[in-house]
Amino acid sequence: MTENSVTRRDILRTLAVGAAGGSVLQVIPAKAAEYAHELVHNEKAASPAGKYVPKYFSAHQYEMLLMLCDTIIPKDDKSGGAVEAGAPEFIDLLTSENEDWQLAFGGGLQWLDNFCSDRYSNVFLDCTPEQRKEVLDLIAFRKNAKQDPSLSQGVAFFALLRRRTCDGFYTSKIGIEDLQYIGNTALREFPGCPPLPEA
Amino acid sequence: MSQVIRSPKMYDVCVIGSGAGGGTAAKILTEGGLSVALIEAGPPVYPEKDFKMLMWPYELPHRGIGVGGRAAENFGEFLAPNGAWDIEGEPYTSAPGSNFQWFRSRIVGGRTNHWGRIALRFAPIDFKSATRDGLGDDWPIAYDDLSPYYDKVESYIGVFGTRENVSSAPDGMFLPPPKPRCTDLIVKKACDKIDVICIPSRLAILTKSVNGRLPCHYCGQCGRGCVTASNFSSSQVMIPPAMKTGKLTMITGAMAREVILGKDGKAEGVSYIDKATRTEKRVNARAVVLAASACESARLLLNSKSPQFSNGLANSSGAVGKYLTDSVGSDGWGIIPQLEKMPPHNHDGVGGMHMYIPWWKFDRKNDFPRGYHIEFGGGRDMPGVGEFNDLLHEEEGYGATLKKRARQTYGTGIGMAGRGEMIPNPDTYCEIDPSVVDKWGIPVLRFHFKWSEYEIRQAKDMQETFRAIIEAAGGEYKTKTPLGGERPFGIAEGGKIIHEVGTARMGSDPKSSVLNGFCQAHDVKNVFVMDGAPLVTNPDKNPTLTIMALAWRASEYLLDEAKKGNL
Repeated sequence: MTENSVTRRDILRTLAVGAAGGSVLQVIPAKAAEYAHELVHNEKAASPAGKYVPKYFSAHQYEMLLMLCDTIIPKDDKSGGAVEAGAPEFIDLLTSENEDWQLAFGGGLQWLDNFCSDRYSNVFLDCTPEQRKEVLDLIAFRKNAKQDPSLSQGVAFFALLRRRTCDGFYTSKIGIEDLQYIGNTALREFPGCPPLPEA
Repeated sequence: MSQVIRSPKMYDVCVIGSGAGGGTAAKILTEGGLSVALIEAGPPVYPEKDFKMLMWPYELPHRGIGVGGRAAENFGEFLAPNGAWDIEGEPYTSAPGSNFQWFRSRIVGGRTNHWGRIALRFAPIDFKSATRDGLGDDWPIAYDDLSPYYDKVESYIGVFGTRENVSSAPDGMFLPPPKPRCTDLIVKKACDKIDVICIPSRLAILTKSVNGRLPCHYCGQCGRGCVTASNFSSSQVMIPPAMKTGKLTMITGAMAREVILGKDGKAEGVSYIDKATRTEKRVNARAVVLAASACESARLLLNSKSPQFSNGLANSSGAVGKYLTDSVGSDGWGIIPQLEKMPPHNHDGVGGMHMYIPWWKFDRKNDFPRGYHIEFGGGRDMPGVGEFNDLLHEEEGYGATLKKRARQTYGTGIGMAGRGEMIPNPDTYCEIDPSVVDKWGIPVLRFHFKWSEYEIRQAKDMQETFRAIIEAAGGEYKTKTPLGGERPFGIAEGGKIIHEVGTARMGSDPKSSVLNGFCQAHDVKNVFVMDGAPLVTNPDKNPTLTIMALAWRASEYLLDEAKKGNL
């Protein structure tokens, strides 16, 4: 946090100089902001991957969470996936602080294991990739619960996990870049809308 | 136990609250030469430390939704401090059958640190609505009385806009507006097609330097608080000049409990709980200005009981707490396929809308009284928690397909918010709860709230208009609202729009109003109320600019009366 406030002070100083001195710079503190992100990034890199100790989930549950997050938003040719973006840590942190999340995610993961045990005589992680895909294809679509009400709890769990995985991913540096959001920076002039494509 | 600690010092004025009204009063009164004690229930604000300007979501472990996700309901961790629907140890209650939500901000500057900066003048007709349609009451003052003060406030705080000559939305002293965003161009074109007025918005954000304050740097984050004070907040724009006079004494962490009435029938000071020591203290003053927010000021008056005023100070009319209104609110959104084709670009702009839709059906017969304006936004904003909630409502599955859909739909939504006028009704008011006190031992408010058919029909009209605009823009309107239930047509719960006003209204008749046209209590000449409480009506214009114009005018009057020795 100290680093961040130093950075923001830098930004302010640059802003003040820019305004007072009539600087010609169009984008002023982008570099300073970049610096802050580097710091956060480096801090994370300092602790080796896999070393993360879950705050709420058991080791088994967390492994399930990693696999599910990775399935919901995988790496593709444009960007990394939800695990690389820190979505599981985000979900674990929030779950450790919120009883509703604990019930929904802790209970949901247990439901998934129960379901897999009934169907394949194995917990989710011990199922074959084909079996896991079969289960996820059942609970990832609401219409399936309409046909088979016994899936409804699994569908609700997956919908919530999908939402929270997207939250974690699209608030990460990787996710924000994936969307090609441009901004969170200081401009001397707002350029307005580039030429609109035809409707 | 603790005894009341009386400060021997006598101030000219004690102002309670440092938000829009209190900040304005502090500035005008101190610059006019009076000594002012400003008491504020919250702590000081330190913009550099407290405001999260230019931070990314991933710089916060909770990504903006706070511990356990609980900050989400208070607009998230990025919001400038300290607004909340619930404050620990400081409850309020709703009567059975009512659900009123009360957003409070205990900090220097109050809610102006994070407000929407929408700065709209009331129109001439808004002061005379009862004459026109027979509902409610007229104001004791007219637009022409307030117009010079709108000029002063706008020139001082800086408001951008354009001269449009729309009768429901009077022009002001404007800085140039920012260039339109893509979403503005699309909505404007759609509005032109269906004959709806759409004009540049009027926000208290600097597009040029004013009084040494830097112009906006277009990060789009006004709600987080602005470290460079390029938008208006009382803490950064009103309090500093007051401090500079050397006449202002700021007392923070001070929860006002009672306005003390002297034997001569005049207020002689304010007693408050010093939160740090939990002791009762007192400020002596020759005049008292309540600017604690409409309902908090009503609470303070109702709790200030004396033999002379058994129903609360300055409440011989019984009007304190009555005539409570909030804005009518209903929201909706749609997808605009045209936006899918936009190349990535910086869409941030100022923190808020660049264009808006003022009330445009003022010249025809509608099936509800008064009117509403429409705020809109959307497009390629900074992604945040909940970014794809709407998409995920429809989109299913997982994996590469989901990721592609997110890319495709990002920035293609346009959201609309209608904000309209509620007519005061006898079922909507606040009073002192007979059995609940807060942790400072002060009796709390109990709210009664009810929308009438007028407001519900207005919400219906909002939904129909949102759909018409989105469809005229070639989009698909997504919001579905119920026809009945607790929130027909998506009408917001009372209080949710955070425009609660009217609880100590002004009027020419002391039997039905608390204040005169100068925000001065009919019953006690040295007591003034300068927040949202004096407002007689709550037209479809966000009240902050009017609160400041009224406070400026009332403060000049107070100065004048003080000089004449009338207080």
